Amino acid sequence: MSLLSVNGLSVKFKRRNGDLTALHEVSFSLDRGERLAIVGESGAGKSILGYALVNLLSKPGYIAAGSVQLAGQELTQLNAKQWQGVRGKRIAMIFQDPMITLNPVLSIGDQMVEAIRSHTRIAYKDARKLAIEKLAHVRIAAPVQRFDQYPHELSGGMRQRVIIAIALLLNPEIIIADEPTTALDVTIQAEILQLLKQICLDNGVALILITHDFGVVSRIAERTLVMYAGRIVEQGPTLEIINDPQHPYTQGLLNALPQMALPGQRLNQIQGSMPPLSEHPGGCAFHPRCPYAQDKCREKVPGFVYSGVSTVACYVVEDMLAEFAQYDEEDLDV
Amino acid sequence: MLRFIGRRLLQAMFVLLIISVISFMIQDKLGDPVQQMVGQSVPQQDRLALQQDLGLNDPLLVQYGRFLGRALQGDLGTSYYYKEATLDIILSRLPATLELSFSALVLVILLATPLGVVAAIHPKSLLSRAILIFSTLGLSVPIFIVAVFLMYFFAIEWRLLPSFGRGETTWVMGLWQSGLFNKDGLLHLLLPSFSLAFVLTPMFIRLIRAEMIDALQSEYIRYAWSKGISASRIYFVHALKNTMLPVITVAGIQVGTLVAYTILTESIFQWPGMGLLFMEAVTRVDVPLISAYLMVVGVIFVVTNTVVDLVYSLVNPRVRLPGYGS
Repeated sequence: MSLLSVNGLSVKFKRRNGDLTALHEVSFSLDRGERLAIVGESGAGKSILGYALVNLLSKPGYIAAGSVQLAGQELTQLNAKQWQGVRGKRIAMIFQDPMITLNPVLSIGDQMVEAIRSHTRIAYKDARKLAIEKLAHVRIAAPVQRFDQYPHELSGGMRQRVIIAIALLLNPEIIIADEPTTALDVTIQAEILQLLKQICLDNGVALILITHDFGVVSRIAERTLVMYAGRIVEQGPTLEIINDPQHPYTQGLLNALPQMALPGQRLNQIQGSMPPLSEHPGGCAFHPRCPYAQDKCREKVPGFVYSGVSTVACYVVEDMLAEFAQYDEEDLDV
Repeated sequence: MLRFIGRRLLQAMFVLLIISVISFMIQDKLGDPVQQMVGQSVPQQDRLALQQDLGLNDPLLVQYGRFLGRALQGDLGTSYYYKEATLDIILSRLPATLELSFSALVLVILLATPLGVVAAIHPKSLLSRAILIFSTLGLSVPIFIVAVFLMYFFAIEWRLLPSFGRGETTWVMGLWQSGLFNKDGLLHLLLPSFSLAFVLTPMFIRLIRAEMIDALQSEYIRYAWSKGISASRIYFVHALKNTMLPVITVAGIQVGTLVAYTILTESIFQWPGMGLLFMEAVTRVDVPLISAYLMVVGVIFVVTNTVVDLVYSLVNPRVRLPGYGS
């Protein structure tokens, strides 16, 4: 049984004249110790998915349908008290901007110890010891001194290390990291990513990494899930997705990497931009920007088809697969 | 720390110097002290002699120099009416006013903090709306109306509380005449301090509510939720501590308002403090007393603001006082 299984998860935002759908029936699963990347442009619904998993959607967002099961336990039915036992203890989060994530008026130590003591009955002295241990674990120099410092005394990279240390305090089963390196200096990014990966390997923690950066994905995740306009459009092993992207959107994203352009040439880009929530087009949401769009793309949302080890939601891929299948059959007939 | 206090003292002196100029100007401009002192029947000649004696005929600058020189030695003049040193008179009334203002401030904090927090956590609930309506109402009703109503119901209709005066007082360490240590004194304190608190409570409810709503929307609050810590800790430690930063600043400034309103409150409840003394001094054109009052209030204001700055630096780790820490 997989550690986390998400089925048909839909998130809507309450509005007076009809609710807006931000996530459309998202389904995926995550195994113990697995590292999964969720990729897409801004507005694809990656972060909303991340927040929905721990029921921290900002108002007026709400989970409209679907289920989220953590080791067989249904999370969407939990009450506030039960959620408290899941958050931080079983699913820990790492936020995007370490400069605004830590509370500016509480010391690092306070913010670590409170996390420990909300979940386990443990003396302050022991909690302090554990916190300092974890600070050392994420390779923060002089952890004893850091314990008493305030966030403003630390650099951005250092703060993100503290946040990773906090995530590790209670040995969670899953860490959800929402663009953990986007706000950091490029030179620090690689270090933090490496640390994150190492931590997951060392502790057997599963990771959900939300990012828009394929460079990050390739370095960390075993499996990748590509999102567009609130839907998953393609998922499969990271290597497969990077080397042989099936969905035109994934192809476009990969093609847009700066490494793909020749020197002196303009960078490749996907024409157009992600539509806002209120204007998601019918059919496949990507069709206005898709070079292969056909009539049926505009009418009906494509279902998932298996293409090798990936699953893809695209009519073009579906047709191609059907054609291949036909050839295969003809080969058999001969 | 010491450097900070030293700098503060310098600033305070500058502020007091300006206040001294204003105080002095009042002396020269407000009525005729000789008229006040001697009455109608004294002949013109004696009046002129008295004027000469009091130094009222000297040039302005000389008079100011004399005033300042005496002020620096703690001599803020002699009251025309009491014929005593004004500073001694004011200091004897100081405990009453300080106890009144202090208890009003405590009431403001005790009332405004929970109400503001509740109104921020559930902004759409009935209770929050009621709190908001109350605070709007409170902002628009003047203190003398509130005080008179309170007096009418609690002292006259229901006969629960005394309507005027300070009641029984006790001497604390032979220096401070306090009404806080016996039941009668505390009962007398209730109505005046509540009326005085009424001036600031609505404003603070609104301030705390607005700041708290702001804090609750910040990323560190969402992060705190994601750690699975209790709601009460998130509201009262994570959010409230950040809420208090601007509130402390405003509170420091509003201490001035509070002192100003003691004049009204003390007049209504015949509270024997500095405010009442000031009102009496004004009606008697007791100019030295008026100017001494201004000076003392100036000192109170500077001292409280310094204390507020110190408190602020304790709550906000990002503020390090110059010369203290890094």
